[in-house]
Amino acid sequence: MAAMPNVEARGQATFDCASEAAMAAETKASRATSTVRLIGLTKTFSPNIVALKGVDLDIPGGEFFTLLGPSGCGKTTLLRMIAGLEHATGGEIEIGGRAVTHIPAHKRNVNTVFQSYALFPHLSVRDNIGFGLRMCGVKKPDIQKRVIETAKFIKISELLDRKIDQLSGGQKQRIALARALINEPDVLLLDEPLSALDAGLRGELQIELLRIQRRLGMTFIFVTHDQQEAMVMSDRIAVLSDGHIQQVGGPKQLYERPDNLFVAHFMGHSNLFPIQKHDANGVYTELGRIVGRFESGTHMLIRPETVTLTPGQSEGDNHLSASVVERIYRGSVAEYRLNCGATELVAKCNNCGQDMFEVGDTVTVVVETDGLVTLNE
Amino acid sequence: MSDTGTAWQAIDSRPRQRRISWDTWHLLGVITPGVLWIVLFLVLPSILLMGIAFMTNGTYGLPQMPLSLDAFKQLAGYGFLGWSPGNLYTVIRSVWQTVLSTSLVILIAYPVAFYITTRPAHLRPLLLLLVVVPSWTNQVIRAVGWMNILAPGTPVSNLAAQLGLITPEMGLFPSKFAVVIGLVYNFLPFMVLPLYATFERLDYSQVEAARDLRAGPVRAFFHAVLPQTLPGLMAGTVLVSIPAFGMYVIPKLLGGGKSLMLGNLVARQFSSASNWPLGAAGALIMIVVTLIGLQILRRMSRRLGGDIEVVL
Repeated sequence: MAAMPNVEARGQATFDCASEAAMAAETKASRATSTVRLIGLTKTFSPNIVALKGVDLDIPGGEFFTLLGPSGCGKTTLLRMIAGLEHATGGEIEIGGRAVTHIPAHKRNVNTVFQSYALFPHLSVRDNIGFGLRMCGVKKPDIQKRVIETAKFIKISELLDRKIDQLSGGQKQRIALARALINEPDVLLLDEPLSALDAGLRGELQIELLRIQRRLGMTFIFVTHDQQEAMVMSDRIAVLSDGHIQQVGGPKQLYERPDNLFVAHFMGHSNLFPIQKHDANGVYTELGRIVGRFESGTHMLIRPETVTLTPGQSEGDNHLSASVVERIYRGSVAEYRLNCGATELVAKCNNCGQDMFEVGDTVTVVVETDGLVTLNE
Repeated sequence: MSDTGTAWQAIDSRPRQRRISWDTWHLLGVITPGVLWIVLFLVLPSILLMGIAFMTNGTYGLPQMPLSLDAFKQLAGYGFLGWSPGNLYTVIRSVWQTVLSTSLVILIAYPVAFYITTRPAHLRPLLLLLVVVPSWTNQVIRAVGWMNILAPGTPVSNLAAQLGLITPEMGLFPSKFAVVIGLVYNFLPFMVLPLYATFERLDYSQVEAARDLRAGPVRAFFHAVLPQTLPGLMAGTVLVSIPAFGMYVIPKLLGGGKSLMLGNLVARQFSSASNWPLGAAGALIMIVVTLIGLQILRRMSRRLGGDIEVVL
């Protein structure tokens, strides 16, 4: 229950200072309290359904952290455990250095933006946003003030007196966000909040969420199955599969230096070739010999945009002869499916100022060794 | 827009007119039997009843002129022998027993409906059936069943006597207690079914949202569960309380002479007591009290459920 007077006290500070800058600065001060630490966290639903198999994570305060993985990988379960909506079968959860593993949801200073929004249909927008403060016993006029402030911050002031069923998906999303943020939680949890929105609105809200997070300096833990979304928004990403964390790292690291096949596949289209033989000067794959210094591994990863295509045949190290099997025009880039040696390779080329190749053309694939990674299964 | 509209009308005006008149006849044909039925068997009798209530009681129990408020005075307790509270008590007792038994029905049905919702899908129809099955038996037989359970000398009555709740020779039947038991038993399915329907559609994420927003279990129930089940609760309350208020069989069989309800009073005026105006006045009071009760329910549901208007 220690969190509750804390919330009120900080609330007091917030509605004294109306400016958003002051609000941001004020929350930054509480950053130290908002780290999240998971130690050997496991979750078993029934004897044979294991959702999480020992998850260790350290999320520093103020980070935009994303849990990424296919459906059924345990990412939502993990988020719900941090929220307190699922009990841990084993392991520890610490928020701001305080063990909260056995503390129920309503006594944790975290708030969730639910995938279905979970707004209360019998309450107005105003009362939905103010609900958390009401439960904390904040006085009515103070709730009103902070609701108006928060609505301004999220840019939904004109919606305050609407009913929930009069709102569009995007508007509901913003209200769910406001309802969570107004409580100034140590950590904000977002469970695929954008998945129900159309692509355009989704892109807009991604950027806006990111800006809000930067401004407040609050720890955000975001769950998604969309690797593009994860890369756009996150400081760091944890890729989950089958109840395990596969890799944790920044978007660039995960994309360019994946630890294993799963991460390589999940982070984007990958050309992956088993390594047949490894020597001091290079490796042998189905593509042929690729010269360079590589770490040992079972597979070679070539991202489609790291190769260059030149017309005709040419000789040289890492110059591979290929023919165009298929071309997919994507506006700024063209994607080519190539027949290369005994196998197939996908290349993405910038269309800007270049002539496109036609199906059947013979081309040379120039592989840049900088873009190559060896990895293990 | 208007151009195309008039053009279309010009082309198609004659068949369209004919179709409208046909539609009108069709509509009349559909609603007339229902309207006639309601007018003949509800509106006219109600007006008749109102008229009778304001007439004077004749020598042989039939209503006669002049118009008067005698029946209502009698209902309020003014008779030949001065004022006695008997009839007034019956009205108050009816309201009280209705409120009490409806509340008990809610308290029992709410957890039962929730429990059934949490069972595996293939068991739920069976459990609902078990709730409904008793009402397939005749009401009188069920009331007689309760008489046998609660009569003096039965195990239940003996237990109650040993606990000091009643004197040994009394028995739990006949009594107000037996009437309430009978009403609760009789009307339980009418509360369980609508409640189950709303529980089945319960959006549990709202409960989680409430918990997430610092509501403890009790407040999460009142803010996230109760508002969602309110339509079922209100429907159940109406289905239980209105018939319970006018109930005749159960108070007559289980109540003994001192636990009669308004339904019994009205029935007696039209039969043995031969006082039609008083019976009509009682029926009128029943309608008025019911309408007031519905209004109170509406207010309550609006307060509990915020903006949701529950259609009664």
